[in-house]
Amino acid sequence: MLEIKDLAVKLEEEEKQILKGVDLTVEAGKVHAIMGPNGSGKSTLSYVLSGRDGYEVTSGSATLEGEDILEMEPEERAAAGLFLAFQYPVEIPGVGNMTFLRTALNAQRKARGEDEISAADFLKLVRAKAKTLKIDADMLKRPVNVGFSGGEKKRNEILQMALLEPKMCILDETDSGLDVDAMKLVSEGVNALRDEGRAFLVITHYQRLLDHIKPDVVHIMADGRIVKTGGPELALEVENNGYADILAEVA
Amino acid sequence: MALPEIKQSVTEARLAELSLPDGGAWATDARKSALSRVQTMGLPGRRDEYWKYTDPTRLTAAVAKPASLFDPQESPVFGEVDRLKVVFVDGVFDAEASDALAMENVEIERLADASAMDIHWAKDVYGVLEARGQDPVERPLAALNTAFASDGLVIRVTGKAPKPISFIYLHREEVSDAILHHVVKVEAGAELTILENGPAAARFNKCMEIEIADGGALHHVRAQGRDHERQAVTAMFARLGAESVFKSFTLTVNGVLTRNEMVVELTGDEGVAHVAGACMGDGDFHHDDTVFVTHDALNCESRQVFKKVLRNGATGVFQGKILVKEGAQKTDGYQISQSLLLDDDSQFLAKPELEIYADDVACSHGSTSGAIDEEGLFYLRSRGVPEDVATDLMVIAFIAEAIDEIEDETLAEEIVDRISNWLNRRH
Ligand SMILES: Nc1ncnc2c1ncn2[C@@H]1O[C@H](COP(=O)(O)OP(=O)(O)OP(=O)(O)O)[C@@H](O)[C@H]1O
Ligand SMILES: [Mg+2]
Repeated sequence: MLEIKDLAVKLEEEEKQILKGVDLTVEAGKVHAIMGPNGSGKSTLSYVLSGRDGYEVTSGSATLEGEDILEMEPEERAAAGLFLAFQYPVEIPGVGNMTFLRTALNAQRKARGEDEISAADFLKLVRAKAKTLKIDADMLKRPVNVGFSGGEKKRNEILQMALLEPKMCILDETDSGLDVDAMKLVSEGVNALRDEGRAFLVITHYQRLLDHIKPDVVHIMADGRIVKTGGPELALEVENNGYADILAEVA
Repeated sequence: MALPEIKQSVTEARLAELSLPDGGAWATDARKSALSRVQTMGLPGRRDEYWKYTDPTRLTAAVAKPASLFDPQESPVFGEVDRLKVVFVDGVFDAEASDALAMENVEIERLADASAMDIHWAKDVYGVLEARGQDPVERPLAALNTAFASDGLVIRVTGKAPKPISFIYLHREEVSDAILHHVVKVEAGAELTILENGPAAARFNKCMEIEIADGGALHHVRAQGRDHERQAVTAMFARLGAESVFKSFTLTVNGVLTRNEMVVELTGDEGVAHVAGACMGDGDFHHDDTVFVTHDALNCESRQVFKKVLRNGATGVFQGKILVKEGAQKTDGYQISQSLLLDDDSQFLAKPELEIYADDVACSHGSTSGAIDEEGLFYLRSRGVPEDVATDLMVIAFIAEAIDEIEDETLAEEIVDRISNWLNRRH
């Protein structure tokens, strides 16, 4: 599904190399997790994949189902099936959540040559999805993420994911800021989307999320590289011992 | 004191092109005294502090510059609204195209008819509010208007008007120069909504004087367009009695030069005055909102909300003042002016002012100028919203606070539609 080869990225504005050759392949139907110390480049990877400005790819490639995504505009990547649940979802005063969701869904449909969804069908769809995530109708009426609590923002990310039904879902610390119940809700939302044709890349610091969303593969990222890859037991090791042992071992 | 030579000659050249319309005693008196105000003040020039950001040359020129006609290929604004239509073509009332000037609780006359009478209630308003508005800042183009206005309506509202009066200003001649003056008197407890739209003329000088008695309400929504080369200077003078309400919103798109002056005086306790505007400028576009709100009573509330979206070298100007007179305690005054600059070529010039002579008031003002929020834009795009659509969403979001000042939802939607159409034409 997602194939990243030797991806090196520096900041556009300064001579600072952040990713130093990332190799990572996520197969369809699988859940991969990335863990790693603060500042190791996890969010940068997710931003570069989704097309945020400010980075320069100095080498390597990233493809989604064989298509080079690094050359695409962010909206083209979205239409191709890529989705990033942001570590810090952005507040957009003045843009209504519903308008935003409908515009996004219809834009993606249009880009894929599908018909736009009717206002009535859209309303039904959003209400149903929101209900399973316990997002109340009032929140949907408000401007995008404005005045949402940290946890509400994260739930809103998952709502968008559930609506847009992307093929490749990247979740950047979706668990941070969630209370225990919300974490369960969000995980159930993610698990409900697990499917043969869909893959997940879950960035997290904590084993707890991975108790709910069971990963097939766990990667450790440090200083801009994937330094170790293993099974779910790798996450447990991090939970118990921190990164020191792993980093010493690969150094 | 004699006028500076340039001012003198500009003023004389302009006056030479005009002659005082005929009228009865009251109107002739009003026009003559307005003319002497013009002669004393002289027409505005680039050196005048109040015209620092806007060059008045085209507005004061003896002869107007022509403006070509532009068809935006959209149905005219307010089409969905049940209203009494009053049509002016290049500044001349068109009875055929207009509805009958009659409505429950409202008396409507043409200015010429009211002027012809020897005695008329309009005597207490026509040129009177404009003359008051000359202090402390001179507005010679409004006085010029009072002196020479060739048409306009005189409206008295005695109860709740069943529907809005809708001024439609058509521009048909590339060479046209229109001076219109309306007078509106809202009696105690009465209510009216006024709509205005259209480019009006190649050059347009419009003045509206509004007297609102205790407990009265006047709502005003204007969609100012549309022809790229048209030039306009407009002035609204509103005087509010106790517990009265005045709310005005203006959308401006296109137009090489627009100066909208708004002079509001709160003279009775617990009055409410909101003036708001949004403008969308692209390229050769200069838009100036000049607002002066005076608090001269207890417990009044005023809001000024102005938003400007500028690109391709467009210029936006805001000069806004809140003056709180001695004794105007418990004043609640708010003023915000913001611009969204879509490129580096466009500019926003703002001069927000507060002048307060009462000690128990809450006044705030702010002015910002900024680019589109890149984080927000990326967030929208990452969800599949194309860049141009995402930008439009952000633009509409930016002006939302001004649109919110329109109370009537249908009218607000009409305005948002205009903005969307304007944005779409630019994709
Ligand atoms: N725009 C930027 N300007 C300056 N430094 C940046 C920028 N973006 C990223 N960095 C730096 O790059 C490094 C990687 O940041 P990134 O956000 O990818 O880390 P992370 O692994 O997601 O960390 P965390 O676990 O704290 O979320 C950090 O040192 C960060 O300060
Ligand atoms: Mg991060």
